[in-house]
Amino acid sequence: MSQFLEKIKSFTLWELLVGMKLTGRYLFSKKVTIQFPEESTPTSPRFRGLHALRRYPNGEERCIACKLCEAVCPALAITIEAAPRADNSRRTTVYEIDLFKCIYCGFCEESCPVDSIVETTLKNYHFTQRGQNIMNKQELLAIGDEFEQDIARDKADDAAFR
Amino acid sequence: MMTDLFTLLIIIAKILVILVPVLLSVAYLTYAERKVIGYMQARVGPNRVGFLGLGQPIADALKLLFKEMIIPSASNPVLFLFAPILAIAPALAAWAVIPFADGWVLANVNAGVLYLLAITSLGVYSILISGWASNSKYAFFGAMRSAAQVLSYEIAMGFAIVVVLMAADSANLMEIVQHQSGGFWHWYWLPLLPIFVVYFISGVAETNRHPFDMAEGESEIVAGFHVEYSGMAFACFFLGEYANIILICAVVTTFFFGGWLSPFQGIPLLGNLLAFVPGVIWFVLKTWFFMFVFLWIRATFPRYRYDQIMRLGWKILIPITILWIVVVGLAIEMRIPPWFT
Repeated sequence: MSQFLEKIKSFTLWELLVGMKLTGRYLFSKKVTIQFPEESTPTSPRFRGLHALRRYPNGEERCIACKLCEAVCPALAITIEAAPRADNSRRTTVYEIDLFKCIYCGFCEESCPVDSIVETTLKNYHFTQRGQNIMNKQELLAIGDEFEQDIARDKADDAAFR
Repeated sequence: MMTDLFTLLIIIAKILVILVPVLLSVAYLTYAERKVIGYMQARVGPNRVGFLGLGQPIADALKLLFKEMIIPSASNPVLFLFAPILAIAPALAAWAVIPFADGWVLANVNAGVLYLLAITSLGVYSILISGWASNSKYAFFGAMRSAAQVLSYEIAMGFAIVVVLMAADSANLMEIVQHQSGGFWHWYWLPLLPIFVVYFISGVAETNRHPFDMAEGESEIVAGFHVEYSGMAFACFFLGEYANIILICAVVTTFFFGGWLSPFQGIPLLGNLLAFVPGVIWFVLKTWFFMFVFLWIRATFPRYRYDQIMRLGWKILIPITILWIVVVGLAIEMRIPPWFT
C-alpha cells in the first residue's frame, strides 16, 4: 500500500516541485557576490602575498645576505649573491625571487633574522611580459618602500601571536 | 507581375516582423538565463556590459562573430557546415504557423500542427549530422544519445498532440486557440493536465535542455555533438537551441494556455476592464512565463542518467498519453462541459 502511495506521489511530481520551491526562494535571497574591483573581501594581516624587502628607518637596507631564506625556500625560488660593500659591510649584490616557482609558504619571512624579506598583503598583481615573474632587488626594495607603513602595521598586528 | 512582386515584398516584410523579435528574444533569453540561474544561486549574474549587463548578449554575439571557425581536417566539411544551418533553419521556420494574436499568423495552414511536428523533428538531424561529420568520438556519442532520446520523446510528444487535436477537433492552431476561449478555466491545461505536463517535459527533452541534456553532457562527453564547432557555426547551434526553447514555450501557450486569449475573460468586472489589452501581449506574457520555467528547471535539477531518461520516456510518458487519449475520448463522447460541449 505504501508503495502504491509512493507511486502516486511521484506522479504528482511532488519532490520536483519541492526542489523548485527551494530554488524559487533563492531567487529572492540576498546575493553574496562581491563586485571585485570596487569591493573586495577582507584580508588578514597574515596574508602571504607579493614579496618585499624592507629598510631601516634611516634608509639602510635590512638584508645582510645571510642566505637563510635561500636555504629554507622549499621551491628554490630565491637566488642570492653576496659581496662586501664599499664600507666592508656584507650586502647582497643579487636578490631575486622567481614568483612562478614561489609557493607563498612564508618560510623566507619566518627565517629572516632582521625582518628584511616579508610577504605583503598585496594580492592583485600580474605580469604582461616574460621575465617579469623574476623580481630583482630593486623591485623588491621599491615595493618595500612603497608599502612600508602597511607592512609595519601588519607586523605589529601579528606580533602578539609570534 | 507587379502584384506578384508586391506580394513577395509583403511576405518578406511579415517574415522580418516575426524573425527580428524572435532573434532578439533569443539573444536576451541567454541573458535572462544567466541572470535567473545566477539569482537562484545567490549570485547576481552578468552586470558589467552596459546598464545591468544588458549589453552582454551583444558582446557575446560580437565575440562569436570575430572568432575563428575551425573545420577539423578529418571532418566532412560540407556536412559539417550544413549541420548548424539545419539547427537554426527549422527552429525559425516553425514560427510561420504560430498565431501571435487573433489573425496574426504568417501562414494560416489548416494542418498547422502537422507542419509544426514535421519541422521541429528536423532539428534532430542537425545533431546527428554534426556528430557524424565532426569525426570525433565525443561528438558521435552526443549524436547517438541525442538520436535515441529525441526519438523516444517525439513519440510521447506526438501522442500528446493527438490528444490536443481530439480536444480541439482541428489541426489549425488558430482554431485550437479559439476552442479554448472562455477564460482561465476553459483552457486545455486543466482537462488535459497530464498531457500538458507530458508535453512540457518532452519539450524540455526535445530541446536538449536540463535535465535532459544528454547530448551535451559537459561532465561526461565534454560538449557532445558541438564539441568541434567554434565561432559562428557554434553560435548557430546556440541560436537554434534557444529559438527552439522559445518555440516550445509558444506552442505550449497555444495548445494548453489559450494562446492570445485573456486569462480574465469571463470574470465579471476584471474581464471587461482588461479587454483593451491586445492579444499579443497575453501571448508574449504566457510565453515568457514558460521560458522562465525552463530556466527554473535548469537551475533546479541535476542531469538524468541515460537509462532513467529512456525509462521516463518509454515506460511513463507514453503510457500516460495513451491512457489519456482514451479518457479524453470518453470525455468528448459524453460532452463534459465546459470544455467538450
